[in-house]
Amino acid sequence: MNASPPETLLAVADLKVHFPITKGIVVKRQVGTVKAVDGISFSVGRGETLGLVGESGCGKSTTGLAILRMLDITSGKVEFEGEDISAYDRGRMRPIRARMQMVYQDPYGSLNPRMKVADIVGEPLVVHGLATDKDKYRARVAELLKMVGLLPDMAERYPHEFSGGQRQRIGIARALALEPTLLICDEPVSALDVSIQAQVVNLFMELQERLGLTYIFIAHDLSVVRHISDRIAVMYLGRIVEIATRDQLYKDPLHPYTQALLAAVPIADPEIEAGRTQQIITGEIPSALRPPPGCRFHTRCPKAMDVCKTVDPPMRERDDGRAVACHLHS
Amino acid sequence: MTQPLLSVRNLSTRFRTDRGLVRAVDDVSFDVAPGETLAIVGESGSGKSVTALSILRLIPDPPGKIESGEILFEGKDLLKLDDAGIRAIRGDRIAMIFQEPMSSLNPALTVGLQVGEPINLHRKTVWSKALDKAAELLGKVRIPDGKSRLNSYPHQYSGGMRQRVMIAMALACQPKLIIADEPTTALDVTVQAQILALLKELTREANSAMILITHDLGVVARYADRVAVMYGGRIVETAPARPLYKSPRHPYTRGLMASVPRLDGDTGRPLVPIEGQPPDLASLPAGCAFALRCKDATERCHRERPPLVESARHHFSACWYHERLAA
Repeated sequence: MNASPPETLLAVADLKVHFPITKGIVVKRQVGTVKAVDGISFSVGRGETLGLVGESGCGKSTTGLAILRMLDITSGKVEFEGEDISAYDRGRMRPIRARMQMVYQDPYGSLNPRMKVADIVGEPLVVHGLATDKDKYRARVAELLKMVGLLPDMAERYPHEFSGGQRQRIGIARALALEPTLLICDEPVSALDVSIQAQVVNLFMELQERLGLTYIFIAHDLSVVRHISDRIAVMYLGRIVEIATRDQLYKDPLHPYTQALLAAVPIADPEIEAGRTQQIITGEIPSALRPPPGCRFHTRCPKAMDVCKTVDPPMRERDDGRAVACHLHS
Repeated sequence: MTQPLLSVRNLSTRFRTDRGLVRAVDDVSFDVAPGETLAIVGESGSGKSVTALSILRLIPDPPGKIESGEILFEGKDLLKLDDAGIRAIRGDRIAMIFQEPMSSLNPALTVGLQVGEPINLHRKTVWSKALDKAAELLGKVRIPDGKSRLNSYPHQYSGGMRQRVMIAMALACQPKLIIADEPTTALDVTVQAQILALLKELTREANSAMILITHDLGVVARYADRVAVMYGGRIVETAPARPLYKSPRHPYTRGLMASVPRLDGDTGRPLVPIEGQPPDLASLPAGCAFALRCKDATERCHRERPPLVESARHHFSACWYHERLAA
């Protein structure tokens, strides 16, 4: 880590997002709760990229949506640029949203097929009342398209005329329209073909360098996350189990779940693969409706002890700056 | 090589679309030896899935049509069989595992009926015996308590469990060849590792060969004996896995390897993407399909299509300059 840590842009403290499960049509009663995000804390420094990884249902996308306040927060605090936004209503969120934007996974579903590219990319400017001067508006749209590697004359076309990679660029241009400081990218390359993924990953990195952007990069592909992130938080069933710098996490993973995830990813080299010991963990992720007691990972953990079945391990920060929630490291 | 189990010769499969004739698979030839795992790698639209479907004659006609070629399996040309003949092969001698277990299982039938069906159908086993065998197969794919789970429906299973059911169905008649089309793409990484390890173990045990279709170079490195790389409906390079990764002899294979971040890669360097887009199969260029994206393409590449030639022992490349790449 740096000698002087960067200024904190976003701080999330004990964030919980619970969804009630209701039954009945006339009289609704709550029969359960899905604890999609259940008490997570982390911070992101200005200009930094925080990778958020985990398998489906771990709460990584919910975390992204909750920060943007596109989902209601059950409890906890989200502080953005020093401002506690966790209780803000729609009206007060609007100016904040200009500074934090989302890039979505599906380049097909996230662009309106009946809008021209110029209108898609320019819409945030219109919504925020920044499109008063027609010439300036056009120039800004052209500039945004150029920024993401598209040609300004593509502005008059419709989304179906573009490939997946180009559509993702359009989505990025739209997210950049209001000059945000924070981009939350939810699986932004996983729908793209492998040869196209690298183009978009490089674009993200170039834009960060040029514009000083801060990213929360949500993905399940550990190789891509490693490439782009400064620090990484690993999630499992609504909790962060480990958070560390890239080198710490990939060279010396501490949490047994992080170790299992890394062991499961094959490396594109048959000679290395032949020499790797294959420790494949068994079982699948339990339902978030009824997470296991104690440590949520104990049902699949190869190193589980008796204490893990009953006591939920707290997140402990270590001297080297990383934090891990595991009884083996407390 | 020993006598191949499957030998695909000059296979061409086309689709009639409103955008014109799409050559999804164009003059593709390859062999699969008994017991070996061949990975077919490529991006979307490369023709890898259509190749797999063509082997079992599962191409919807119209709009698709297997135009020419031979598919020799255990000495028989599958393309010359009548409908009853190919049905006798499917699920018995050659089984298929699809990507999406939810849409390939029948939601209205119990798991027991679906796993037992191939046994009942091909082995003419009475249902009570077929169901016993189905329970045994579920145990084999590590679904605990197989006997009682025979009466469950697919929706009661998780994604990973459903893929285990698919594997159990595929293994039911001890096929000589299993074709697995992106069998774990829809699954989480820890479950993917479980399923692939299971598939590899069970095929080895039964001495079945496998064609593993995937876009994931890591999965290929972990599980394949031999690799065929497809691009624009053709095989552009094929070799045993180690030499293919060590010294790829086609610019597309090289490009793919440089563009994919690795768990053990150098993070300081930017990735080297392959510029441009995959080709449109409805309007393929006259020359090499990769020429438009190839840094080293010459005039000849745009004009003439390079044939697949043996560049080193068992290592084939369809590039005019494969020798230069070897250096």
